[in-house]
Amino acid sequence: MYTAGYSRLVSIERRDMSEEQIEKVLSREYEAGFVTDIESETFEPGLDEDVIRRISAMKNEPEWMLEWRLKAYAIWLEMEEPDWAHVQYPKIDFQKISYYSAPKSMADKPQSLDEVDPELLETYKKLGIPLEEQMMLAGVAVDVVFDSVSVVTTFKDKLKEAGVIFCSISEALQEYPELVKKYIGSVVPQRDNYFAALNSAVFTDGSFVYIPKGVRCPMELSTYFRINEENTGQFERTIIIADEGSHVSYLEGCTAPQRDENQLHAAVVELVIMDDAEIKYSTVQNWYPGDENGKGGIYNFVTKRAVCYTNAKVSWTQVETGSAITWKYPSCILRGDNSVGEFYSVALTRGMQQADTGTKMIHLGKNTRSTIISKGISAGRSNNSYRGLVRMGPRADGARNFTQCDSLLIGDQCGAHTFPYVESRNPTAIVEHEATTSKVSDDQMFLCQQRGLDPEKAVAMIVNGFCKEVFKELPMEFAVEAGKLLEISLEGSVG
Amino acid sequence: MLSIKNLHASVEDKLILKGLDLEIKPGEVHAIMGPNGAGKSTMGYVLSGKDGYTVESGTVELNGVNLLDLEPEERAKEGLFLAFQYPVEIPGVSNLEFLKASVDAQRKARGEDDLSAKEFLKQAREACKKVDLPAEFLKRGVNEGFSGGEKKRNEIMQMLLLKPKLCILDESDSGLDIDALKVVADGVNSQRSPDRSFIVITHYQRLLDYIKPDFVHVLADGKIIKSGDASLALELDAQGYGWLTEQREGDEA
Repeated sequence: MYTAGYSRLVSIERRDMSEEQIEKVLSREYEAGFVTDIESETFEPGLDEDVIRRISAMKNEPEWMLEWRLKAYAIWLEMEEPDWAHVQYPKIDFQKISYYSAPKSMADKPQSLDEVDPELLETYKKLGIPLEEQMMLAGVAVDVVFDSVSVVTTFKDKLKEAGVIFCSISEALQEYPELVKKYIGSVVPQRDNYFAALNSAVFTDGSFVYIPKGVRCPMELSTYFRINEENTGQFERTIIIADEGSHVSYLEGCTAPQRDENQLHAAVVELVIMDDAEIKYSTVQNWYPGDENGKGGIYNFVTKRAVCYTNAKVSWTQVETGSAITWKYPSCILRGDNSVGEFYSVALTRGMQQADTGTKMIHLGKNTRSTIISKGISAGRSNNSYRGLVRMGPRADGARNFTQCDSLLIGDQCGAHTFPYVESRNPTAIVEHEATTSKVSDDQMFLCQQRGLDPEKAVAMIVNGFCKEVFKELPMEFAVEAGKLLEISLEGSVG
Repeated sequence: MLSIKNLHASVEDKLILKGLDLEIKPGEVHAIMGPNGAGKSTMGYVLSGKDGYTVESGTVELNGVNLLDLEPEERAKEGLFLAFQYPVEIPGVSNLEFLKASVDAQRKARGEDDLSAKEFLKQAREACKKVDLPAEFLKRGVNEGFSGGEKKRNEIMQMLLLKPKLCILDESDSGLDIDALKVVADGVNSQRSPDRSFIVITHYQRLLDYIKPDFVHVLADGKIIKSGDASLALELDAQGYGWLTEQREGDEA
C-alpha cells in the first residue's frame, strides 16, 4: 500500500534533491506557515441545531451549507435507526457523542514513541513501517517531519500542474464553494438513509477531488497526503468528480491500525463519473475492532455511492479487516449507456467482529455491465455477511451482471451469510450469481505443515490465495501490505 | 537414519498399525508393498504426524530425534518429506510462493539465510525441468486444476527443491502412464545419495523396475510379515499376496 509507496517516494526525493532545493523546501514551509495554531476546542457531547450552527461557524462555511446541514438534521430527526443488517450492538446514544473536536495541540500529544501503546508499535513493526511514519500514525508530537513535507510539496505541485483539485472538504468550501454546492448530496441525498442524514448534518472532514476533462491524474491520490487533517474525523464527507474522459485512482485508509477515540464512524462518499471517465477507489479499513469480547471497537456505518454516465467506469476495491461493526455497501448507479461498475471486496472478521457488507449495482442504461467479487473470511466467533442488490431497470437492454461470492470459514464458531437480492425488470438483462462456502481444510493445512510451514503461516497463505482475485485489483504496494495485514489479523485464530 | 520399533497406531479408535518394526540406514531405498488396507498409507501419515492418527505405543527416531514428540512442520524441518498419494489443491496460492515459503522455513530451521528470489527461481525451474513440468506450473495455484499425473510430478518437484533426508513416496506411481512413471522414477533416482533414504510405498512391482530398492517389505494387517531384496517384489508380482498372508495364518495357528 502507500506506506511502501510513500517510502519509495521519499527515497526518490532524497536522490533527486540538491541541498539548495532542500533549503528551499524548508524555507517555503515556514513561509507558508506550516504550523497553524488552531485554537483547541472540543464540543461538549450532544446534538441539536445549535451544535450544527457552531460546526458551520467553526468552519466559516457559506450560509447555504448551514441551511443544507440543518435540513439534513430535520430529516434525520424523523428517521428511525435501521435494524435490518445482520449485526447486533447496543443502541447508540447520539447525545453522548461530541460532534467536533479540534486537532490536538502539540502539548496534548504523546511526546515520544515511549508513550505509545506498545501493542500498536509491535504491529507497526510487523508491517515494516519506518520509524518516522510510526510517529505520524501514532500521533506523536514532532515539529517537522521533513520527508513527508517535501514529498507532499512536490506532490501538490504536480497535481496543480495537471489542474487536479485535491483538498479537504473544508478547504473546498472556501476555495470552490460552487463546485461543492453543485455536487454535495447529488449522489447520496440527505434523506438517503439514517447515517447519511446524520453525516450530512454534522460532517467535519473528508476529501474533495476534481479531475478536469481529459486529465489522467498523474499519481494515485491517497488520503495519507492530505496532511493538514491529522485527526480523521468520525463524520467524513468525500466527493470525487471525474470530468469527461478523465481518470483517477484514489486510495483511502491505512493498513496500520489507526488510533481513534471516536467509537461511531459514519462517512459518506459520493463519486460522480462523467462520460468516458473512470474512478478506481481502493480502501483498506483497519479501525480498532475491540477487545476479545468486542468491547470498545469502532462502529463503521458508511454510505458510498458512484453515479456513472455514458461509457464511464467505477471500480470499488475494499479490504475490510477492522471495526467491531462494519455496515457498508459501496454502490454503483450505472446511469449512462455502456457504463461499468465493479466491486471487489475482502472482508475479514475475527474475534467478536460483525460485518454486513456488499454492494448495489443499479443498471439503468443500456449495455451496462457490472462485476461483483466478494470474499468473506470468518474466524473466531465473528459473523460475516454479504448483502448485495443487482437491479436491472426497464431501459437496461442487454445489461449484464456477474456475481461471485465466496466465503471461507476458519474454525467452527464463526458464521458466514449471503443475502443476494436480484430485481430484473428487463427481459434482455442477464444476471449470473455464483456462491461458494469452504473451510480451510485439514488436508490443506497438513500439506503446508508437511512442507515445513507453521500453522499460522499456513492459514495466512491459504487465506491470501483465497483473496487473490481481489488483491490483484489493488495498487501493487497496497496489495502486498494487504496480504501482510491479513496475516497479522489472523494471528492467534488457529488451533 | 530411521528406526521404527513396535509401532502401534490407530485411526478413529481402530488399530491399524499393530507392531511395525523397520530399520533404514542412510542411502537405502526400502519398498513397502502389501494388500489394500494393510496400513501402508497410514504408516506415511503416522510418520509425518497427520492429525487424527494416534500413536498408541512404540517409538520412531529419525537420526536420533524422537519424531513422535514433534509437530508435522518440525518433522519436515528434521528432513522428513511425504509425497502425497492425493495432493490437495490450494487455490490462488502459486506453486512458487508456496515452495519459496517452504524452502525458506526449512532453511531458517537449519540456520541458513533465505535464498535470493533469483537463485530460488533458478532452482525451481531446474526442478520443473527434471520432472518434465513446464515452468508455467510454478505460477499456477498449488495443484489447482492439475491432472493426476501432473500432481504426482509436482510432488517430486517439491522433493527435488526441499532436498529432504528421508523421502516417503505414497503410491507416487498410481494413475501414471509409463512415461510419467519413468519421469517420477528418474526424479527419485537423481536424488539417491549416501545420506538420503527412501520409503517407496507401492502396490505394483512396475515402479520398482525403475527405482531399484535395496529391500522390499510386505506390510499386511499392520505389520511387516516378510522382508527380502528386490527379487521379493518379482515374486509378489507373480504370485500375489495370498500365499504370504495364508502362510502367516498357518504359522500363527
